Amino acid sequence: MRNEPAIDVRHLNHWFGKGDAKKQALFDINLSVTAGSLTILMGPSGSGKTTLLTLVSCLREVQDGSVNLLGTELRGATVAQQVAMRRRVGFVFQAHNLHDSLTASENVRLGLEVQPEKRRRIDDRLAANHVLGLLGLDDRVDYRPGNLSGGQKQRVAIARALVGNPEIVFGDEPTAALDKESGRNVIKLLKRLGEVRGTTSLIVTHDNRVLDLADRIVTLEDGRLVSDEHR
Amino acid sequence: MTALLQRLLGRLPLGWMQLTHNPGRLAAALAGVAFAQVLVFVQLGIMGSMNSSIIKSYDLFNADIMISAQDANTLTEGGNVARQWMFQALADPGVARGTGLFLSNARWEREGDQTTFQVYALQPEHLDFLSGDISRNARAIALPNVAIIDQQTRGLDPDLMAGIRPQSPLVTEVNGQQLAFANTFQGGVSFSADGYMVTSEQTFLRLFPARTSGAPNHILLKVAAGHQADAVVARLRAELPETLQIRTVADAASEDLRFQTTERPTGLIFGFGVVMGIIVGIVIVYQVLSSDVADHLREYATLKAVGYGPEYFLGVVFEEAVILAVLGFIPGLLISLGLYALLVALTGLPVAMTPALAIAVLLGSLAACTVSGAIATRKLNAAEPADLF
Repeated sequence: MRNEPAIDVRHLNHWFGKGDAKKQALFDINLSVTAGSLTILMGPSGSGKTTLLTLVSCLREVQDGSVNLLGTELRGATVAQQVAMRRRVGFVFQAHNLHDSLTASENVRLGLEVQPEKRRRIDDRLAANHVLGLLGLDDRVDYRPGNLSGGQKQRVAIARALVGNPEIVFGDEPTAALDKESGRNVIKLLKRLGEVRGTTSLIVTHDNRVLDLADRIVTLEDGRLVSDEHR
Repeated sequence: MTALLQRLLGRLPLGWMQLTHNPGRLAAALAGVAFAQVLVFVQLGIMGSMNSSIIKSYDLFNADIMISAQDANTLTEGGNVARQWMFQALADPGVARGTGLFLSNARWEREGDQTTFQVYALQPEHLDFLSGDISRNARAIALPNVAIIDQQTRGLDPDLMAGIRPQSPLVTEVNGQQLAFANTFQGGVSFSADGYMVTSEQTFLRLFPARTSGAPNHILLKVAAGHQADAVVARLRAELPETLQIRTVADAASEDLRFQTTERPTGLIFGFGVVMGIIVGIVIVYQVLSSDVADHLREYATLKAVGYGPEYFLGVVFEEAVILAVLGFIPGLLISLGLYALLVALTGLPVAMTPALAIAVLLGSLAACTVSGAIATRKLNAAEPADLF
């Protein structure tokens, strides 16, 4: 684990809506996530976890305050800068969002095709199948999502996020569709990536079965950071 | 096909894979694209046949210059021209010969049937003002009350036509006057008549007693050897009254074509039909592509979240648009060929599929599909990834 922050959030505020309907979702959030660590973001529904996750992962524009991701300030970033930054991170959503028309292997390859400089060095299909194998899907590489279980689809989505060797992995309930063993295996894999490659993970989850694997648990309530537990 | 596209695009052919994943939907989309292409093909085919028949009317002559009345926007319209201007034109050293050309429509009524001929008449000693085939077959018109008719006249019995010879003319009645059809020639059906008839000036004046020999519809001139038609036209314009149109026959044909296609309701209607076909095509392809984008919004949003830029989504949608345009073109072309054959059989009009027409429709379809694709990705490109989930 390195000491420099991969994610540095300062005085972050965020609002939704306009005029009378304008509502503040985040209040003065300050958070620094060390590179290579695995941080879990918890809190009740509506506490602002996903909003914070989408802001720090460059999926939403920063309105007020500062978000520094891998040394790049996201506030005021151009579209090109945002696209470039997204290529350095991986994202696992609660829904798998796989393309029905593509096989598991092809879906994973989409996570690699976006990075032309990495593609020159490796064979897309081999790389995709290798990551699927790490997630226990060796025998499902040529299956389409329609022929996979919910947990298998989610693991394919995780493979898609990991195949490009991202510097940070963001997850929004990535283990929700998985059984206990599979869920823990995924988080263990992220933890191992942190140790071996220095990959930082920031995961939003309600899954109590994986909390013991986290390096740090941050809790939000009503848009405010209420606890920050280092382990 | 997937491997070929992958090699061409340098990435997974996501558009192709999405389209072919649902064959029923792909078939419906292709049927829609083909329908729009058939609409455009039919309109362009009819418009092309109109253009051909306009030009064909001028191809029947073998002349260099045409003198017409000021209001003669087409070959058959407008006032007459006094023959005296022909004599004045002949005074120019660049004019070798001239003849008056008389035009009108005549109806040949038979038991339970009728045929409308576009009649061309000139003096029998000037048959060389007609094009080769017609000129050779027209010698018989030197006799009074004799005409030659178009072999391709719509609705005439081929056996009847085959029997028409100078030795065995078909004697009948046209415009209440006895007339003998003594020979045939290759003409063609037009929009205003079923076929062409060529006769002498003398016979014409009997068929149309209101007309006078001193006022033909047009005057045809042949340029003397060693003179340029354009230069002679310029001199004649200076010498003859401004109330006359003096043009080369080629210019007269192209101005007639321009007038009929851009200022006549028929030309505008066919042009409008083409535009409607293109709009229908754009709407159909837009519907297909925008539904595809809407159905895969979460998947596209996920790709956007991992760093795919607007050009990637535009590329995928363009890929789908091009596939729809090209695959839809095959049934569209085949159906149109069938419809063209049907139109030719029913009307005799020269509705023809040319390589240029087919390529133009294919390129137009590609352009229309590309426009549809660009519109379909606007929402996706404008939204933040987080708003798309």
